[in-house]
Amino acid sequence: MFSYCTDPATLDGLTWLSCYLTTGKHLSIYWSVGTVLLLLAITAPVALMFGFGGAAAARSRFAPLSWLGKAYIAVVRGVPDIAFFLFFVIALDQGFEWLRHQVKCPDWDQPIRQGNDFVVCAEAKLPLGNAAQWVHETYGFMLAVLTFSIVFGAFAANVLFGAMRAVPRAQLETAEAYGMTPRQTFWRILVPQMWVFALPGLSNLWMVLIKATPLLFLLGVEDIVYWARELGGAKTARFTDYPHPDWRMWYFFALLVFYLAFTRVSEIVLDRIMKRLTHGQATTGGEAQRKAA
Amino acid sequence: MKNLLIGTAALAMMAGAALAESHSVVRMGTEGAYPPYNFINDAGEVDGFERELGDELCARAELTCEWVTNEWDSIIPNLVSGNYDTIIAGMSITDERKEQIDFTQNYTQPDPSAYVALAGAEVDLAGGVIAAQTGTIQASYVAEHGATLVEFSSPDETVAAVRNGEADAVLADKAYLDPIVAESSDVAFTGEDVLIGGGIGLGIRKSDTELKAKFDAAIQSMKDDGSLNALIEKWEIGETF
Repeated sequence: MFSYCTDPATLDGLTWLSCYLTTGKHLSIYWSVGTVLLLLAITAPVALMFGFGGAAAARSRFAPLSWLGKAYIAVVRGVPDIAFFLFFVIALDQGFEWLRHQVKCPDWDQPIRQGNDFVVCAEAKLPLGNAAQWVHETYGFMLAVLTFSIVFGAFAANVLFGAMRAVPRAQLETAEAYGMTPRQTFWRILVPQMWVFALPGLSNLWMVLIKATPLLFLLGVEDIVYWARELGGAKTARFTDYPHPDWRMWYFFALLVFYLAFTRVSEIVLDRIMKRLTHGQATTGGEAQRKAA
Repeated sequence: MKNLLIGTAALAMMAGAALAESHSVVRMGTEGAYPPYNFINDAGEVDGFERELGDELCARAELTCEWVTNEWDSIIPNLVSGNYDTIIAGMSITDERKEQIDFTQNYTQPDPSAYVALAGAEVDLAGGVIAAQTGTIQASYVAEHGATLVEFSSPDETVAAVRNGEADAVLADKAYLDPIVAESSDVAFTGEDVLIGGGIGLGIRKSDTELKAKFDAAIQSMKDDGSLNALIEKWEIGETF
């Protein structure tokens, strides 16, 4: 990176550190911070959508839809995350490839499952075998987003399902008395009021989601914890210009600071949202706000 | 949810409209944490014995190759499901693994594994606590021979476990432990080396016989003209052919 970094063995102190912290390998960890933030930024709204869909389905008066919603919540919440990430993602990937295989290679005569192997025609591979590495990485990232969203969506669905039930019945009755249809009651009365009940549960989920990103590496997406472990491990002089003993403690300490800062910022933002949502609500918090004003 | 799935699938199909030739790019899967076999160098790229070997094999077999890293734990499932086309990660050829994947001919001799413990410590290798990486031949060796096995997901952690006293000794490939012992005074080799495994080969899907044949031929040609031996000596991998 810097011009004086050509022979790190002769450097010491801060100059050495400045070279060490700007190696190509360290740039990867800085880059992975961005990956993690991007993952969270995309996953959170998508998971909330899944959750909303799941909760709305579970409440539905149309029985099959309600079963579907409840099954989604129960099954996904019951399966350990790590199993979900190891098997579901591979199955999802193979599902896409199978679909493409059916469309693109109708005259393929060999079986798709050959023993352990999953073999589709080359045109059906996803991404294509000759695609650039960044395409593979983006695809892996999208799979990760989808899987995270499905998993956290199920938890969010449960939270929202509970929140919808917590809205005082009197509110809905009043809406009915005014002649609103069930659909109108749902969108105009129930949904705006449920968030205040859902937020504590959702904020828990958000905190868990922030810390769940190491699961990414199971999908081949390299996150900050992977790089901290890799960079912190003891290095011998034969394979690097910057040999050092086991420094994982320092790297994990940096992660600790990062996560604490991140969760602290989240807390502040969530507190603000809570304040806004409480405004004018028929809850103790809303009442307190009204008196204070 | 359904719309999203269908949407994603449709998008994926459009993205793949270009025609692909079978194996126009061969993706080489490695771990990147096992020097001298494979590791990530300062520039953040895959480096090591297997990097040089793999690039040379690809050149000889006239293949375009691309390197990807994957965690050791899930390295076989991801090969089988087609996320990459070979495993080139210091993986010894064993009967157990052969049930799931195929191997090319070996490109290293069966490498002795060695025990490393704290310098000067008296270690009971038969009954003590031995660290090894999960899913390696060393881990199954320890488990079969009566010692208490503690497993770690990366090779580096197995050595760290000895340093911090969690394990009495670590069992790993000697070529991996050699530079560590040479450069540090706190750990040393202990006990006899053990010979396990049938040498290291490239792991390839069973259905991929064409690719296996290409790599087999390339490895043979490197064995024949001595270039493989030169690489083994350069990276101090162990016995030559």
